[in-house]
Amino acid sequence: MDTRDVAIINHLQGGFPVTDRPYAEAATTLGITESELIERLEYLLEKGILSRFGPMYHAERLGGGLTLAALHVPDEGFDRVAEQVNCFPEVAHNYQREHHLNMWFVLATETPARIDEVLAEIERKTGCRVYNVPKIEEFFVGLRFEL
Amino acid sequence: MGLTARDQQLVAAIQCGLPLVSRPFAEIGARIGLSESETIERIQALLTDGTIKRLGVVVRHHELGYRANAMAVWNIPDDEVDERGRHIGAVDFVTLCYRRPRHLPDWPYNLFSMIHGQNRDAVLRNIEHLIEQCGLGGIAHEVLFSRRRFKQCGAHYIDSQPRQVIVGGTRIPAGGQP
Repeated sequence: MDTRDVAIINHLQGGFPVTDRPYAEAATTLGITESELIERLEYLLEKGILSRFGPMYHAERLGGGLTLAALHVPDEGFDRVAEQVNCFPEVAHNYQREHHLNMWFVLATETPARIDEVLAEIERKTGCRVYNVPKIEEFFVGLRFEL
Repeated sequence: MGLTARDQQLVAAIQCGLPLVSRPFAEIGARIGLSESETIERIQALLTDGTIKRLGVVVRHHELGYRANAMAVWNIPDDEVDERGRHIGAVDFVTLCYRRPRHLPDWPYNLFSMIHGQNRDAVLRNIEHLIEQCGLGGIAHEVLFSRRRFKQCGAHYIDSQPRQVIVGGTRIPAGGQP
């Protein structure tokens, strides 16, 4: 990563033009060329510094279900349960955290009704009680992550 | 919900990312039978109505050197949660802030905030600042550091062929990151 990459990341976290030549437009603001911008984005994606270049959706507006849920998993069975949970295609990501509730995962389903069904399946398969903590309200945060 | 079949196709076509070509919206449109200008118009409409929250880069915090993250959770009286949630969300190192339900007696916390930092100490310092800045001294809280990340690949809300949720190589943090 060089200073140019940092500038690209900082600038393009804030948005991207929706015009016929958006890379050219964004590149002008950054003081680089269109092909340079495209090439750097390819590099940053390939290196895994960016997970994606595209839209962030509002899941509920798309008609899908989304929630965060937690389990308490006994230490000795943790890896087995992690594998069981991660096998569900609806589990988007999963973190081990330092707490009595030590597994936290995000579930994204095609319909809101599927959330309860999948959580019940996870409960049955793992034998662990699922704590479902869906979003009630989202407070605005600045989306930019300044480097 | 309100999405037309055409918008669903569009959402599916760009969910993995925009093509890295000079005229990406022309290429997207060509895949689903829209002109470039129609594609641009529909994407602008989806941004305006909030279906697309944002278009741009999605960073991997870990790969950028922000190796520690913690979920700081707070037990806030229900009648204060709106105001305090807004204050916490406005602090610059807080990357997510949600109200979520308690599960008494096991889980008394109703406000969740995500804090990133270059290491564990930096995260803890940020949480101390947060307590001071937002007057959270009297509020019960816990800090849940992450130890391992198993999956960060992300939901694909709409498959381009059958309508089902698939999970692929990229992450869509559609307001739902923990």
